[in-house]
Amino acid sequence: MHPLLTRNRLGLYLLAWVPLVATSIYVLVTRGTLGWLQATALAVAVFLFYAFLCLSAWYPCRATPLGRVSFIRLLLTHLIAAVLISFVWTQAGGALAYAVLSPEKLDAIRVQFRPQLNSIFTIGVLLYLLSVAFHYVLIAMEDSRHAEAQAVESRVLARDAELKALKAQVNPHFLFNSLNSISALTSVDPAKAREMCILLAEFLRMTLGLGEKSAILLSEELALLERFLAIEKVRFGARLRVEEAIQDESRTLLIPPLLLQPLVENAVMHGIANLPGGGTIRVASQCQDGRLSITIENTFDAESTSTRRGGLGLANVRRRLEGRYEKQSSMQVNTDGDRFRVQLSLPAEPGASPK
Amino acid sequence: MNASAKKIRALIVDDEELARHVVRELLQSHPEVEILAECANGFEAAKAFAEHQPNLMFLDVQMPKLTGFDVLELIGTDVSVIFTTAYDQYAMRAFEVHAVDYLLKPIGRERFEAALERAKSRLGAKMPPAHELAATARPPQQFLERLVVKDGTKVTLIPVTKLDYAEAQDDYVALATQGKKHLKQQTISALETGLNPDCFVRIHRSYIVNLERVVRIEPYGKDSRLAILTDGTRLPVSRAGYARLKALLDERK
Repeated sequence: MHPLLTRNRLGLYLLAWVPLVATSIYVLVTRGTLGWLQATALAVAVFLFYAFLCLSAWYPCRATPLGRVSFIRLLLTHLIAAVLISFVWTQAGGALAYAVLSPEKLDAIRVQFRPQLNSIFTIGVLLYLLSVAFHYVLIAMEDSRHAEAQAVESRVLARDAELKALKAQVNPHFLFNSLNSISALTSVDPAKAREMCILLAEFLRMTLGLGEKSAILLSEELALLERFLAIEKVRFGARLRVEEAIQDESRTLLIPPLLLQPLVENAVMHGIANLPGGGTIRVASQCQDGRLSITIENTFDAESTSTRRGGLGLANVRRRLEGRYEKQSSMQVNTDGDRFRVQLSLPAEPGASPK
Repeated sequence: MNASAKKIRALIVDDEELARHVVRELLQSHPEVEILAECANGFEAAKAFAEHQPNLMFLDVQMPKLTGFDVLELIGTDVSVIFTTAYDQYAMRAFEVHAVDYLLKPIGRERFEAALERAKSRLGAKMPPAHELAATARPPQQFLERLVVKDGTKVTLIPVTKLDYAEAQDDYVALATQGKKHLKQQTISALETGLNPDCFVRIHRSYIVNLERVVRIEPYGKDSRLAILTDGTRLPVSRAGYARLKALLDERK
């Protein structure tokens, strides 16, 4: 479908022809024998017809996209089209004059314009070529709008995928192990078993709830991590030690939901769980110079050759950061002796302080 | 033989205290089962096994350093094992394939009783070879990351990246790493299946070499060649072995 054939755009396009029509009416009246009425009728008929004829430039323009066909082919295509279209126009112009004008005026016009037919033909060619240029601009605009729409669409798709991933994120291993701990506690320490049930319920509820939002306060994510680590502490006992260094100002900054949870889960699964003597997980955050930096650090088995099994989780976090902040964020992963460290840096977006 | 009259001597191996507690509690109604020890990791388990010679083990699959499969490999297969696992689809598949009993956590009373009954009736029967279990339990496209070797009571873990080459010696393989050799009871073919074929090549009926260690290949005799390793070791290369080696080296170029 031609992009100009909508009511608004067509109106604008035809408006662009008005000066040309006005000029020709003026010329027809002052230089020839036509009265205003007949001059107007002729000019409007001839140029209206040509305006629509020039719209056909869209098709050769589409067929020869700029930059993808050779210049020679481009030139030939449009020149041939211009000559043909202009020829049709001049011939049709004669017919139109025949239709609109009274017989005696028609003869006068014929006498007046026959010698100038070549220049009229040339004007037709030039007008057509102008229309070609105009259509290329139009196509470029359409393309960029289309690309933009596609980008928006892919962003929406990415977000959908992300949400799905988040919902599926509760690790079954974690869930079954927690249930096993509860099952053990029911006889050893029923009060603790109940506490653990509540922790687990809170963790699940928060995971589901936070996953729905596009951004949450760091403090909300930290509350989730607190539940998660409390549950894992029941399982690992003294093997799991937790350190927190959270700067107060950073608590009210916004982050994508469940960004840190997979990192902490990795720290437990690939760090603490592989150490017979256990280790420490350290969560630190601070806000400085408009940047929020978050560090998750854990002890790991440096002797194990285990190739980064947390790779998938880390890649996911990286992708989410890039999707949301583009080049404004960074994620660094490094090991230092028996410490495994993930450092995130993102723009500090203040959120409403929690009630 | 009256199996139920036989005293059962059991070990409980799990790195989580609460998980061990569940098994202990479920065993309380079984006075015929004596709990010899509880172990929090694979090393303790191997040690306790040598010390107490149990005939039944409750063995967690996921443990730090040594997995349940590693433990089984270390202690041999002359013991009834009931594996325990929370969620490990590959391990579960391995148990199904090799008809090994296992319990899913949280462990229910009924399922536990059934497993114990079966274990009693099977006391003295051999377990399937540990490396076969471990091979079935490996997720697809994953290869061994380390090898477990026992020298007497000492357990050594060799990361595969540090393995220079392996040499078949009857029912054993000698694993050469950093100038030392460790003997492991395994066939060289079984070892080969666990190693990443992009890094390790069977250059000879009796040799597997770490590709990273090969410096050059020299002709030797009519039809055979020698592979020279970074530390100067010379290993024989058969004709078929040379073809495999060459294919892999060409691929790397």
